[in-house]
Amino acid sequence: MKPPPFEYVAPRSLDEAVAALAEHGDEAKVMAGGQSLVPLLAFRLARPSVVVDVNRVAGLEGARLEGDTLELGALTRQRDVELLPGLRERCPMVVEAVEQIGHVAIRNRGTVGGSLAHADPAAEWTALALALDAELDLHGPGGTRTLPARDFLISYFTTALQPDEVLTRIRLRVPNGRTGSCFLELARRHGDFAIAGVGALVSLGADGTVADARVALIGVGERAVRADAAERVLRGAEPTGDVVAEAAAAVDGEIEPNGDIHASADYRRHVAGVLVRRALETAVTRARGGGDVAAA
Amino acid sequence: MGTSPPRELVLHVNGEERRGAAEPRVTLADFLRDELGLTGTHLGCEHGVCGACTVLLDGRSVRSCLLLAVQAEGHEVETVEGLAAPDEPLHPIQEAFSAKHGLQCGFCTPGFLMSVRELLADDPDPDEDSIRSRLSGNICRCTGYQNIVEAVRYAAELTRDSA
Repeated sequence: MKPPPFEYVAPRSLDEAVAALAEHGDEAKVMAGGQSLVPLLAFRLARPSVVVDVNRVAGLEGARLEGDTLELGALTRQRDVELLPGLRERCPMVVEAVEQIGHVAIRNRGTVGGSLAHADPAAEWTALALALDAELDLHGPGGTRTLPARDFLISYFTTALQPDEVLTRIRLRVPNGRTGSCFLELARRHGDFAIAGVGALVSLGADGTVADARVALIGVGERAVRADAAERVLRGAEPTGDVVAEAAAAVDGEIEPNGDIHASADYRRHVAGVLVRRALETAVTRARGGGDVAAA
Repeated sequence: MGTSPPRELVLHVNGEERRGAAEPRVTLADFLRDELGLTGTHLGCEHGVCGACTVLLDGRSVRSCLLLAVQAEGHEVETVEGLAAPDEPLHPIQEAFSAKHGLQCGFCTPGFLMSVRELLADDPDPDEDSIRSRLSGNICRCTGYQNIVEAVRYAAELTRDSA
């Protein structure tokens, strides 16, 4: 038995969960799927006095794709997103990202909300949330507030969640029309954390120029980043190979990767550029109607 | 530091109601092995990497080292012991692993068997890519995986024949 001792509470309602968190403050930790928290407990890197298990809280589940919104209860298991009918056709980058989270047994248990609240800088969901202009509902003692992903994600394992708040729902915008998207990442082995990863989405106007572009990266800094400069290169332009290459090059100034045991900073920077170019090429191809083209 | 004392837990394991006592910090894997005596579920890394402790929770594969025993209350747990009783013939998946030499030391095998059980329930005729992708979360240090992939193909065949 490896985890340290803790007091365990398993509230049935959101208000009970928030009350438990309010009572214990920083000493309490929310457990959702537990796929990050239980290893942290096993290593005793996390030693919360109280674990507030939200798995039995009513109303935190449910995934649906309606109109241009993908709405996910925070407790939605990764595997249920992966298997959500119609999602791969509508916004392949979401499914492609989720498929690269751990392994099936991890995704059967791990949750969307848990991943976002944990805020690992290599977490696929953090890029999806930024790229798809996600809004996150945070429920605390004073009610619910809604934050855009840009304001929610702060730094390494740090979000705007207060100690007495629970992330309850996530809404992502999945544009319709002549839109293509793609998620690519490089990891040492399947299921490992990404050395770098990229989510890209391109919408084309009637004249074939780029009406909207989104590029978000993981693994290349203290949090996921939206590559605004790359998106500016693309918007309004005909998405030729040269324009895509220029957009990929523009990412260089927007990331601050660190070196670690897995990859040097320079290597991460190089990989990020290559992945942005490939992801954009695939997104453009898909937007033009070549939806079946696999990522290069 | 907060603690919670051991509490009585009632789990549904392999179709039976099983009782035991555990602190909330006890993982499902430890509870299965130490409280219920179901030592077929093996513990390798105990932090979610190796897949040796894979069991099914409501029919889905999970790492039993990353689940607290208390969290499994109210759910159906299936362990490797649920595949076939000692006095029964081997389950087709076990039969296939035996026939195709899909194991050597056998330590990782229970986890593989349970992952394969979920795979074949989802897809009775998986191709090699999906077999390899599905089993990427189970680590074997003996076999080099080739025989495991062949065993899964054979298990699919045996399962389809018996259906």
